[in-house]
Amino acid sequence: MDTLIEFFHFLTQRKKYWLWPLFIILLLLGIVLVAAHGSVLAPFIYSLF
Amino acid sequence: MGYILGISAYYHDSAACLLKDAEIIAAAQEERFSRIKNDESFPTEAIKFCLKFANISLAEVDHVVFYEKPFLKFERLLETYVHFAPRGLKSFLKAMPIWLKDKLFIKKNIAKALHCIDPNWEKSRTILFTDHHHAHAASAFYPSPFDEAVVLTIDGVGEWATTTVSIGNMAQLTLKKEINFPNSLGLLYSAFTYYLGFEVNSDEYKVMGLASYGTPVYKQLIYDHLIDVKADGSFLLNMDYFDYCTGLKMTHKKFDKLFGHPARAKGDELLPFHKDMASSIQKVTEEIMIKLTQSLYREFAIDNLCIAGGVALNCIINSAIRQHSGFKQIWVQPAAGDAGGALGAAYSVYYTHLSGLRNVDLQTDAMKQSLLGPSYTQKEVIAALHVYNLNYEKVAHDVYYRKIAAYLADGKVIAYFKGRTEFGPRALGSRSILADPRNAEMKAILNAKIKFRESFRPFAPAILAEFADLYFSKGSKNRYMLFTENYLGNADKVPDTVSIPGAVHVDGTARVQAVNKSHHPDFHQLITAFYNLTGCPAVINTSLNVMNEPMASGPEDAIRCFLNTEIDILAIEGLLIDKKRLAFEELSLPGYYQ
Repeated sequence: MDTLIEFFHFLTQRKKYWLWPLFIILLLLGIVLVAAHGSVLAPFIYSLF
Repeated sequence: MGYILGISAYYHDSAACLLKDAEIIAAAQEERFSRIKNDESFPTEAIKFCLKFANISLAEVDHVVFYEKPFLKFERLLETYVHFAPRGLKSFLKAMPIWLKDKLFIKKNIAKALHCIDPNWEKSRTILFTDHHHAHAASAFYPSPFDEAVVLTIDGVGEWATTTVSIGNMAQLTLKKEINFPNSLGLLYSAFTYYLGFEVNSDEYKVMGLASYGTPVYKQLIYDHLIDVKADGSFLLNMDYFDYCTGLKMTHKKFDKLFGHPARAKGDELLPFHKDMASSIQKVTEEIMIKLTQSLYREFAIDNLCIAGGVALNCIINSAIRQHSGFKQIWVQPAAGDAGGALGAAYSVYYTHLSGLRNVDLQTDAMKQSLLGPSYTQKEVIAALHVYNLNYEKVAHDVYYRKIAAYLADGKVIAYFKGRTEFGPRALGSRSILADPRNAEMKAILNAKIKFRESFRPFAPAILAEFADLYFSKGSKNRYMLFTENYLGNADKVPDTVSIPGAVHVDGTARVQAVNKSHHPDFHQLITAFYNLTGCPAVINTSLNVMNEPMASGPEDAIRCFLNTEIDILAIEGLLIDKKRLAFEELSLPGYYQ
């Protein structure tokens, strides 16, 4: 939770307020995805990481 | 001010570096310990080595720094998906769980991993984070022999930046401008690497080697459709042709259509088309880099240039910059890729965070010949040889190099292991395979029987610095194999008897290492012995490994490489093992010729 709050502060500091709702949606979706996958493996996507 | 531990990890080629104030104490890549090429996992073993070398515990380290900012990277990721939506859903669904489960929590993961290394290291301690490209810039400028320089970093992508320009002045490093994702010269080159059937972020050097076999017939097509280059060398990519923002591959089907061929599958035959494509992207990248650096030289009127980032490992481009940019002196970080980010991050803490004072030696850099990894005593080597039940000959120091030289002159291939391992991708005479460069067939022998790699791949010479300018244009300037030089072997001043065709690429150039007596005394002594015997002041020097394996680090790595290839002699810390003299039982050991 600390990290997520820290990330919100980070977005605030960067004045990227418009990313807040997106991040919340992602977070909810992410929880579902993580729960569905169990374990995650890094795919071959160069730019993401 | 104490010890600073720099870490790069979780993306590509993880590494650790330990500074004591401004002095590099140790640095190593995790792959050398884990034996996984370009290992991206947390560099636990590399950190343990650095601490052991300095004889300190982790709790005694004053500052820990990570080489990039994960939040900034995640921000880029989110914005990229928004920008390209609804495209990229598949990629998004694959990436998000990884970020939300793991990568967003890098700070906690680092703290946890450090606590595992040393339970006395409190998880609540501060971990510092530096910008990815700032780490590259710091790794390029602070160890350089310059008090003032333009600092160029260029790679695939960090957080947002793909190219940055900074000005270094003593301890100050000031960012002047940058080009951001998705416009990336590194990713453009990687897209071609992918298209040519090689591995992205790993095999770009193969494209560079292949380029010499083709002609740049697609150069104009690239300029017309893929990239818009401005007068100052800045650039914009046409993202219609690339898929890396949202897809699971580097190039879009439009890319295939443009060049009239599908992407080559790994292992497929290399056609003249592929060679021409390699040549074309090499030429385009080279021209852009020249334009960019010429513009920087005009703009800042500073004579020195420092470079880091993955693109800086393209030694042909480095040489072109040196020839055409206008800069009088160029210094390239030998660990220019992400591993070097660990070093740069640590330097950044010392000079930027702690305001350390910088004393510059204008005569030489602070990299200690990039020999910053672990070394092993003869006793440790003997213990490893016993594990493999190998007989060895212990040779007196004054005879050792003469014997190795005699083997080389006799056409034998030597696995040479001495002192501390190299930090960075190049073997510089500590973990090397050596051979006689006078034999033009040696390239084919090494590629087929020892390295098990593509036949087009060249080999490089290590040459006594005092002879380097005689054999190569500006040869003596190259300590780290980061520039290619024109071979002057056909000139009158080099008699044919000592020409070195085995170490010259098909285009008449070579990635030279000039071996200086004061910087690398043992390796210098070895080549001198070969010179005294043959009149040839150079040897072929390639890394001690086989294809797709990291360079050897410990004695067991070297022994395995020796046993699993057709290397004739293992010369390891004053000991010689001749494969011909090994008993049948020894050759029947598991792993031999498998």
